[in-house]
Amino acid sequence: MALTREQIAMRVARELQDGFYVNLGIGIPTLVANCVPKGMDVMLQSENGLLGIGPYPTEVQVDADMINAGKATVTAVKGASIVSSSDSFAMIRGGHIDLTVLGAFEVDVLGNIASYMIPGRMVKGMGGAMDLVAGADNIIVTMTHASKHGESKLLNRCTLPLTGVGCIKKVVSDLAYVEIADGKFWLKERAPGVSVDQIVSLTKGELVVPDVVPEMQF
Amino acid sequence: MAGFDKVVSCYEEAMQGLEDGMTVIAGGFGLCGIPENLITEIQRRGTRELTIVSNNCGVDDFGLGLLLKDRQVKKMVSSYVGENRVFEKQMLSGELEVELTPQGTLAEKMRAGGAGIPAFYTATGYGTKVGEGKPVGVFNDRNYILEEAITGDFAIVKAWKGDRYGNLIYRHTAQNFNPMAATAGRITVAEVEEIVEPGELNPAHIHTPGIYVDRMIQGTFEKRIEQRLVREI
Repeated sequence: MALTREQIAMRVARELQDGFYVNLGIGIPTLVANCVPKGMDVMLQSENGLLGIGPYPTEVQVDADMINAGKATVTAVKGASIVSSSDSFAMIRGGHIDLTVLGAFEVDVLGNIASYMIPGRMVKGMGGAMDLVAGADNIIVTMTHASKHGESKLLNRCTLPLTGVGCIKKVVSDLAYVEIADGKFWLKERAPGVSVDQIVSLTKGELVVPDVVPEMQF
Repeated sequence: MAGFDKVVSCYEEAMQGLEDGMTVIAGGFGLCGIPENLITEIQRRGTRELTIVSNNCGVDDFGLGLLLKDRQVKKMVSSYVGENRVFEKQMLSGELEVELTPQGTLAEKMRAGGAGIPAFYTATGYGTKVGEGKPVGVFNDRNYILEEAITGDFAIVKAWKGDRYGNLIYRHTAQNFNPMAATAGRITVAEVEEIVEPGELNPAHIHTPGIYVDRMIQGTFEKRIEQRLVREI
């Protein structure tokens, strides 16, 4: 069975470490916030200038001056700090964020990522995604392995406009955990009940398959 | 009070000198911390052919969306422009020029503009459409593109408190792009929720020193929320 959105988030959460500063993108990455292991402290960064994202506010706590990068009302945790956009992106661009998790349309064997624009469709903009992939050393991409029509999203070369080049080393898809190195995908783990053949058939880019591919445990 | 007193008495005076074809840098992220009354004043004046530099462009009936609706904008420089149908229509028809700029690069373009740095290298956008045609520099075996700074004829910002000398403090995440925008305007206009006397704000807590602010006015704000998400308990 392919992983659910929550399971993808749970798998990503295993890459968290105590004391990490983490930036989570919109969608599945946001769910990682609910999967932080007990007893572990992580500080979530929102690129509009909040280091230390808290839960959504209660009705009485709602404050128009307190939002996250998705423009939704939010609170700050104890020990948070609030800065300007340029200071926020200095954290990002300067490589101070320990882990960045974001979604993508496509990734390729060179570590390129396409995530912000599909030609012919309305262009909404890259927001902070280009800064995030250029500035972070430790990035995890979450995505479905293939489109609804069975077309692979793990390619030899991205076909859509790029968000960044040579920056992605880890992908958690609904079928597998894959690493990128030396111009190849390396299959590391498979989703429970998903066969290696299934993953191979839905991976268009060159994929290295070891003799034993462990199954993820949940 | 004269000298360093930046307070003006009305919005018309606050935006005096704004002309067709000018570049206006605006603070705000989404609808958070936008100079909403200064935007409304630009709409009232009917100034046209404007280049607006702002992370986002409001929604159809609020914020910078108002200027789009009245066809006052020639070009937008932004990082994210979703949630705006008027924008989409004008962009697809070719009426509106759009320069999509990565968010961190946009912030740094403003900061550099205000700090007298004409251009800077960044890895952001290298190898993408954003980097096309821009000079590339290699430092420590890594590729960077050269991005030019931005300055504006006007900068419009929103702060929480300001003293008469134009020293500003922002509230929570309503800070966002406002401090950089404030430095990058030839004429910088700040609207604030509360004007206090010089000396009332702790000098060490000032986000934007009055040296960057030319005019200041006290306004009342709607502070519309774009996405109201709450939890039960």
